[in-house]
Amino acid sequence: MNKFINGLMRLRRGPWELVATIFIVFGVFMLMQPFVMWAFTYSFIVTLVGTVMFIIVSHFPE
Amino acid sequence: MSDKTINRVAKATPRRLARKVRGLSDRAITWIFVGPTIFLLLAINIFPLIWTINLSFTNFKANRINRAVDYIGLRNYERILTDGDIWLSMQATAHFLFWTIFFQVLIGFTLAWLINRKFKGNDIWTTIIVLPMMLSPAVVGNFWTFLYQPQIGLFNYVVAFFTGADPSSFEMLGSVDLAPWSIVIVDTWMWTPFVMLICLAGLRSIPDYIYEAAEVDRASKLRQFFTITIPMVMPFLMLAVLFRGIENFKMFDLVVQLTGGGPGSTTELASINLKREAFEKWRTGYSSAFAIILFVTVFGLASIYVKALNKVKER
Repeated sequence: MNKFINGLMRLRRGPWELVATIFIVFGVFMLMQPFVMWAFTYSFIVTLVGTVMFIIVSHFPE
Repeated sequence: MSDKTINRVAKATPRRLARKVRGLSDRAITWIFVGPTIFLLLAINIFPLIWTINLSFTNFKANRINRAVDYIGLRNYERILTDGDIWLSMQATAHFLFWTIFFQVLIGFTLAWLINRKFKGNDIWTTIIVLPMMLSPAVVGNFWTFLYQPQIGLFNYVVAFFTGADPSSFEMLGSVDLAPWSIVIVDTWMWTPFVMLICLAGLRSIPDYIYEAAEVDRASKLRQFFTITIPMVMPFLMLAVLFRGIENFKMFDLVVQLTGGGPGSTTELASINLKREAFEKWRTGYSSAFAIILFVTVFGLASIYVKALNKVKER
């Protein structure tokens, strides 16, 4: 856990990509889930933030 | 010494003549070759994408070109993301996507594994299995419509034969519960061979000596399967899932031919809904925003997937 937080603080690719991936997966789940409407409403912004974050952080050093 | 002579000759050559002899630089040649491709890429992919993003912030209607176009900010996105019909179409897409990929990977890999065992008539079976993939989706949709007919369709009779139910007691395309499964069955029938071919390529790329070494170490067949076959086929399998996932996310022709999105809107996938908004209701700005939402979703998922694929390959 410490390694993960250190990686985030030092702007390392691995942990930041993990954060972006969680955003994207969560966003897509929110888009397609059949349970609550509000999750569908906010799904796009979550996916968009994740996708843009993924593009940016994939240029961070390893 | 000879190098110096070359330099002296080069210096002595008049500039105009030297330019003629030298011709184009490497950089110029590179641009001549790459330029047309970049131009086409910009014209066919990048420009329409930027234009669609631009349209998604307007109330533009393609059937009323002369009407003034107003920028309405994020209102299209707001409407889409609070629209119950769009939400339902996304759920239908999720159902279709999940089950088609699940069945195609399961059956495709099993078929590849069986075909990979050398037996008599192996090639003939491969050709027969691959046939559905070569047909046009419109043709497949059309003849499966006949197969699903409750009165004369073969599908109902086969199901009736195994279950003992009356063939005309259920209607695959007309029932709200069965219609989503009917499109899953047809897509699985059509595209399982594609997954099978990719898996077969993966299975055939595993060298025999790895299995021989495992035999020497007295590894059981099951252990060989889980520690050699599955890990080595995994990149191929992931590639197949990526291709099928992207393709099925924008599935249109087959479903339109089979159910047309019905009954009601139970099989109205996102792409069918998008087409209705764009070319039946002519809400171009709205449908552009919808297209951007789908694009971001597929792009995000594909980014993660390509990353995972590279990691698996590195292993």
